[in-house]
Amino acid sequence: MEQAFFFYFAFVIAAASVLVIAVRNPIYSAMALLVMFFHVAGLYVTLHAEFLAAVQIIVYAGAILVLYLFVVMLLNMRQDDRYHRQWPMAAAVGLTLFIEAVILTAMKGWTAPPVATGRETTVGEAGNTEAIGDVLYSTYLFPFEVASLILLVAMIGAIILAKKDPEAVNSEG
Amino acid sequence: MTIPLSYYLLLSGIVFLTGVIGVLLRRNIIIILLSVELMLNATNINFVAFSQYFHDVGGQVFVFFALTVAAAEVAVGLAIIIALYRAKSTINIDEFQLLKW
Repeated sequence: MEQAFFFYFAFVIAAASVLVIAVRNPIYSAMALLVMFFHVAGLYVTLHAEFLAAVQIIVYAGAILVLYLFVVMLLNMRQDDRYHRQWPMAAAVGLTLFIEAVILTAMKGWTAPPVATGRETTVGEAGNTEAIGDVLYSTYLFPFEVASLILLVAMIGAIILAKKDPEAVNSEG
Repeated sequence: MTIPLSYYLLLSGIVFLTGVIGVLLRRNIIIILLSVELMLNATNINFVAFSQYFHDVGGQVFVFFALTVAAAEVAVGLAIIIALYRAKSTINIDEFQLLKW
């Protein structure tokens, strides 16, 4: 049963990610990405990461993708030529990485048993969200604060970049 | 856990590879940013799979931070796209060769 779920999610994720880069219309690309995000969230649930599944749907599908769709619809873009001139280089890089992945996965002994470090934070009876909260606000408190700083910088940067040049606005009227 | 860790690695490898090919192949800047999202999601799948495998919540916390960075990247990237579109009225990557040698 668990395997059936995994193979379903994995197949849809792989197919949707191929669709994202293969489809010509950016809207359809974004929709394929939406399908992929939902199935990644499902995969998280099978991995007992329920909190991340919820965050995945809220942040990725709810915020990030909507932002993409806004920009796609804001910019009146023509249908462009499909692929870049540098497709031989893309094929070379892709093939190299693919062969590397095949070799690495075909090697023996690639799933060593987990090493007990004595510092494991197991998800106890309390549940996944509480375990993450515990670790996030104690061990990872400083990175958490840095993340808020990153968000602030990104917000200011986005506003300044997307704002019209004030002189241009003044000259217009 | 009945599903071996390698299956997750294979899946995230496929998704990551798709993202790399998308970045190199497509000309539309928006599709290139979407491909970057694909790559970030591939690494997130890896993190969560390893977190489950090692019974360590740290991996899931790291996914949380990756999500933050992805959100920041999207905000800044889309603002740059809008600025570029305003300057050149196109988002075809071939038109932006100011820094080309």
